[in-house]
Amino acid sequence: MLRFLLRRLLVAIPTLFAVVTLAFFMMHAAPGGPFDGERALTPEVERNVKAKYHLDLPVWEQYGLYLKDAVHGDFGPSLKYKDKTVLDILHENYLVSLVLGLSALTLAMLIGIALGVVAALRQNRPADYGVMTIAVLGVCIPTFVTAPMLVLLFASILGWLPTAGWNGGALANLILPVITLALPQIAIISRLTRAGMIEVLRSNYVRTARAKGLSEMRIVVRHALRAAVLPLVSYLGPACAGLITGSLVVERIFNLPGLGKFFVISALQRDYTVVMGMVIFYAALILVLNLLADIGSALLDPRVKLA
Amino acid sequence: MTDLVATVKTAPRGRSLWDDARRRLLANKAAVAGMIVLFVLVMAALIVPMLTPYTFDEINKNDVWVPPLTGAHLLGTDSLGRDLLARLFKGLQVSLSIGAVATSVSLIIGVAWGATAGYLGGRVDETMMRIVDVLYSLPFIFFVILLMVTFGQNLILIFVAIGAVEWLTMSRIVRGQTLTLKHKEFVEAARAAGLGQGAIIRRHIVPNLLGPVVVYVTLTIPAIILAESFLSFLGLGVQPPMASLGTLIANGAQDMELAPWLLIFPSVTMVTTLMCFNFIGDGLRDAIDPKDR
Repeated sequence: MLRFLLRRLLVAIPTLFAVVTLAFFMMHAAPGGPFDGERALTPEVERNVKAKYHLDLPVWEQYGLYLKDAVHGDFGPSLKYKDKTVLDILHENYLVSLVLGLSALTLAMLIGIALGVVAALRQNRPADYGVMTIAVLGVCIPTFVTAPMLVLLFASILGWLPTAGWNGGALANLILPVITLALPQIAIISRLTRAGMIEVLRSNYVRTARAKGLSEMRIVVRHALRAAVLPLVSYLGPACAGLITGSLVVERIFNLPGLGKFFVISALQRDYTVVMGMVIFYAALILVLNLLADIGSALLDPRVKLA
Repeated sequence: MTDLVATVKTAPRGRSLWDDARRRLLANKAAVAGMIVLFVLVMAALIVPMLTPYTFDEINKNDVWVPPLTGAHLLGTDSLGRDLLARLFKGLQVSLSIGAVATSVSLIIGVAWGATAGYLGGRVDETMMRIVDVLYSLPFIFFVILLMVTFGQNLILIFVAIGAVEWLTMSRIVRGQTLTLKHKEFVEAARAAGLGQGAIIRRHIVPNLLGPVVVYVTLTIPAIILAESFLSFLGLGVQPPMASLGTLIANGAQDMELAPWLLIFPSVTMVTTLMCFNFIGDGLRDAIDPKDR
């Protein structure tokens, strides 16, 4: 276990380092400096400002300072919101994204596993084909198509749900964004569950359980399902990465005040420091989640060898 | 001698692995349907923009928000009176060519990297694959966004950026295959015949990698089309008046209550294209991959 952790850290640390380095040098290659305002600064002011942000130092020294600050979680000030740091912005916007992501993940797990189990139990029958069709559609229909289509149907035409907005996290406002985010994950999770279930249902211990005369329900829920969903634990990392990517589109379409929307706005406004800081933040988050998912799957599944 | 030639001529012709693969692929209805639809789409993307009476960026102030099937515009017009039919197929053309070019970029990098690592083995392999591991755990779409932000949005950059992102899996597949191939007798024979390492990689290893590579390419193209559309949807990809399926869907989503056709036609085209590629890819995998036989 310790060996495994060390190995993973040995990969994770250079990765994060590469992220910060790439981000820093891209920022420096970007045309225009942070203080090219509409009004030219007087030479004295410019010199003071540059000294304050260490822009008067050689690039490699600036890089060292950025690295040091980044390690301490400080990604510098925003260029568009002069009184805020990148960290302030992360802090102010994470909650909406967190609620959205967790709800979507829960929903995707529940529905995906249920569909996968049904498909496996009814293999090569209409129910199975139905689920697999949903899985193919879920993978092929991108979020930015599902979201407007759902809005058009349920908000504009039927008028059941609000078209957009957060409204303090009201349930009605959450339904469409969460479904949109969850759909591609449902597709993948149901496929994984189906594959796992089919394999497990053929195994000897399930046959033993059946021979003991246990009810089908008990066999499926208590014996087969536990083993079949174990591979899902290691899928949690990629799933979160998918949700984070999806949140960029979903928060924009539904106008939700989360990190994803802020990231896109900053990107369009070329708020370099915010974009860099958030890329680093997202990268770190995904790395940590992947690591946790791997550890989790190793703890739960004795067959997984931590190498 | 003549007897031998005669025997060889009358001997039943063996079925090559590729014959088998083709037969299995053609027996797969979804894959065949995918190929036919995709062929039609590609042809339409090439030909339709040349035939439409309007160009994709032609603004017609008098024909704004024309619904489909009414008047001169078969699929209607957008807020600037641009013909949706022309824009749709121009967009499909742009999306498909980004898919093709970026996939080629990823193919070249991935095959070269993977084949070299797998063939040379040892410390070189270790280092090269460790680099792939590190890159693998980066959320690359964010870096593409970063690239677009810092260096402005131009088509070439989109091609290269997305292509450079998608080569990792390819290099892993190619490396794995190379590792098994390099111990085969024909490689040994080539080495015994005095062929250099570069020539062995080029002439003997790479051609034999074709199967899994072809499968993965058909799955990479839709992934790249999706990535480009994602960027375009966020306003960071193809810039107006140029169209891609992503920009069309983004514009359509803004005006969907007023003009749902602007959303529906590009969305349907996009989903159809992606499904074709996925069906073909799945079919090819079933046909070529010896594991499931």
